[in-house]
Amino acid sequence: MTATKIVTPKAAAKDVEKDLSMRKQKAMMAAHYDRITSAPETGSKTCCTFVPGNLNELIMCFDLLNNLPEVNAIQAGLRRASGNFVLEAEKIGHSEDVCTYVKSDIGMAAKGNIAPNGKKFPDPDVLLLSYTGCFTFMKWFELLREQYKCETIMLHTPYMADGKVTPNMIEYMVKQLKEEVIPKLERISGVKFDIDRLRESLKQSAKAEDDLVRVLQAAKAKPSPIDAYFGGIYYIGPIFGAFRGTEDAVDYYRFLREEVEARLAAGQGPVTPDGDMGEEKYRLVVEGPPNYTNFRQFWKMFYEEGAVVVASSYTKVGGVYDFGFRHDPDKPLETLAEYCLGVYTNRSLPMRIEMLTNYVNEYQADGLLINSIKSCNSFSAGQLLIMREVEKRTGKPAAFVESDLVDPRYFSAANIKNRLESYLQMVEQKRAGGRAAA
Amino acid sequence: MPTTSEIIAHATQLFEDLSFNAAREWKAAKPERKVVGYLPVYVPREIIHAGDMLPLGVVGGGDQLEVIHGDAYYQSYICRIPRSTVELGVSGRLDFVDGMLFPSICDVIRNLSGMWKIMFPHVYARYFDVPQNYRDEIGGNYYTQELAELRHDLGTIRGKPITDEELCNSIAAYNENRRLVRELYTFRAERPWQAPAAEVFLLMRAGLVISVEQHSEMLRDYLAAAGAEERPRRDNCRIVLTGVFCEQPPLNLIKSLELAGCYVVDDDLLLVTRWLTADVPTDGDPLQNLARAFLHHSESTAAKYEPDLKEKGQHLVRAVKRTNAEGVIFACPSFCDPALLDRPMLQHVLAEAGIPYIAFKYAENSGQMQPIREQAGTFADSIKLWSGQ
Repeated sequence: MTATKIVTPKAAAKDVEKDLSMRKQKAMMAAHYDRITSAPETGSKTCCTFVPGNLNELIMCFDLLNNLPEVNAIQAGLRRASGNFVLEAEKIGHSEDVCTYVKSDIGMAAKGNIAPNGKKFPDPDVLLLSYTGCFTFMKWFELLREQYKCETIMLHTPYMADGKVTPNMIEYMVKQLKEEVIPKLERISGVKFDIDRLRESLKQSAKAEDDLVRVLQAAKAKPSPIDAYFGGIYYIGPIFGAFRGTEDAVDYYRFLREEVEARLAAGQGPVTPDGDMGEEKYRLVVEGPPNYTNFRQFWKMFYEEGAVVVASSYTKVGGVYDFGFRHDPDKPLETLAEYCLGVYTNRSLPMRIEMLTNYVNEYQADGLLINSIKSCNSFSAGQLLIMREVEKRTGKPAAFVESDLVDPRYFSAANIKNRLESYLQMVEQKRAGGRAAA
Repeated sequence: MPTTSEIIAHATQLFEDLSFNAAREWKAAKPERKVVGYLPVYVPREIIHAGDMLPLGVVGGGDQLEVIHGDAYYQSYICRIPRSTVELGVSGRLDFVDGMLFPSICDVIRNLSGMWKIMFPHVYARYFDVPQNYRDEIGGNYYTQELAELRHDLGTIRGKPITDEELCNSIAAYNENRRLVRELYTFRAERPWQAPAAEVFLLMRAGLVISVEQHSEMLRDYLAAAGAEERPRRDNCRIVLTGVFCEQPPLNLIKSLELAGCYVVDDDLLLVTRWLTADVPTDGDPLQNLARAFLHHSESTAAKYEPDLKEKGQHLVRAVKRTNAEGVIFACPSFCDPALLDRPMLQHVLAEAGIPYIAFKYAENSGQMQPIREQAGTFADSIKLWSGQ
């Protein structure tokens, strides 16, 4: 297999180098946005739901188009439109203290609800309030329900506080699926539920999940062929969004895996927006979501220093697959419940600490960096303890930077760069200390 | 019979005691006694009580606690209650507590449950999940099982299972307590000058740190004394205070509202004292009874999903009507996602119902009351001058 990096200076986002997989994903996303925005003409119905707790396979059983407000907020952040949306939401009464995904979404709606393809989003036909690991989601859809006056279906996922999934949790969720979620989706969509159709999608999900895990675990190699945070965000796009359970996703992840395996075989590092990363000097594990308004600038701070992220928690927020879970077509409803229960933010703090500690050890990382998000309590509350615990358990240095998801007011490049550089110096000192001791 | 000032002096003493000496003394009185702490907004205290244990409400450190260690655990953009709770724990003020319950209210308290397990590994710490599905056969079954697990765990801590009979007796004790709380709230709504908001708050707060039997006696005494005393009536407006269900405002803030011209005739302070709005049956399966009470007869608050759009915020409209209030004050803790995200929806409902409102934020250690007094005073004036026009 040959290297798949393609450089096309005349591309829309000029000067940015992209893997072929990134281009493939971009085309998939564009087609999906076109399907959503043309729903009024095609007669399709749309369903909004969340990335953590996303039941895409089930949604597809009812021929509904999955439109994820978080993804729309991220798109707005990347396009630098979210700042104005957030301000708009604050102008109409939303607090400066709360989640900026919510405010970006609400502000976007107030300003015409224009999708990334320049066309208007249709109002959702149903809000599937399947949320896991974040209370804000519940309020978010109550707010959207008030706005769109559409039906809202709750699927409550219990929190995995004691580090285990109990039969009571599964039974509760399956009952909700059987007696609440599915009958309501049938009524709203006019499509009868077919469990075999669900099974087929779940089979596809498992295939894509296998490939995704192989891609993410490729970062155990030295040098890592991927960046599992900044690059990883691209990798998780289809499977965390509207493509899990589709042939498209299976094709994409097979393609991506082959691409990464080729880089691995060639001993290459990750592709950055400025081309090949060059020498891998530092291997980091990152906890927390990224900042999207200054995504490239943020990434650049890392690759300019030769720092590659070998594992991240954020790439597990829409599903944790690297410990063996796969969607199982033989127990279709139970597997959806297990999926929801297992996503990263639904895991207790001790579980998160253990997971990050294992990542630092298994991926031979130099340490842990936390990007703490100002408006995301689900991730942020407790991160200082996480930092100290992982540091204690691994003996590797940890550090803390702060930014926000899609509010550009909370991205301070100088502060972050300064802290990152100091942290990398700390890593150097630790290495030097280790060498001296040896 | 004690006077209101004597009762309130006692309640104030309990409020100011950041070492929880009353609870310590209760525990020390018998060697087998245990204490189980809980955070806002609701836990079924009946189960703790049934295990011969004292349910101890931990609602942060207020404005008198100097937070030294707690700030090292939280970023500046996290609310205050977890950091002062951590301070209470790290400083040894909760060293006599045998267990801690962290109810399902928000991501911060949820994550604190995991932090507690790591920081205090010798203490039983449980995240107390509640259903967001209110059907008996779905959410009810799930919740009953959760209650059974809690009952089992507490029985293990006690060293003896908690029986149905013990539970039914405890339910009866809390039914009585809630009846008295409701009576006090009704009394205040009728004659707010006779039961100032700060006093009602202190009485409810006392109920978090003493036994339910002692608290019921305190309420009875207060109701008798407050009914017998005549206090000056001010020309205040009548407001419902909302958003204060988790991190508690400083006592001075509550006092400031009344000094600024607003009688508080209803509130969502310390909701655990009246979360269940009707008596829980004392016969039959006690866990199922507690579960049904939660599903069908419990308060509305931001931490609970409201399945019916038409019902959203109506609890506030009903509170205004029931108490003959003239407006609503939204006081939300800074960085409180549930309260602050709920607020715009509730405000829309109030606007539609023609009910005036104002909003501000606070922290449990807010010190500067002047801006709040000015805002509340202006609100009171506007109601007095223009309401009904």
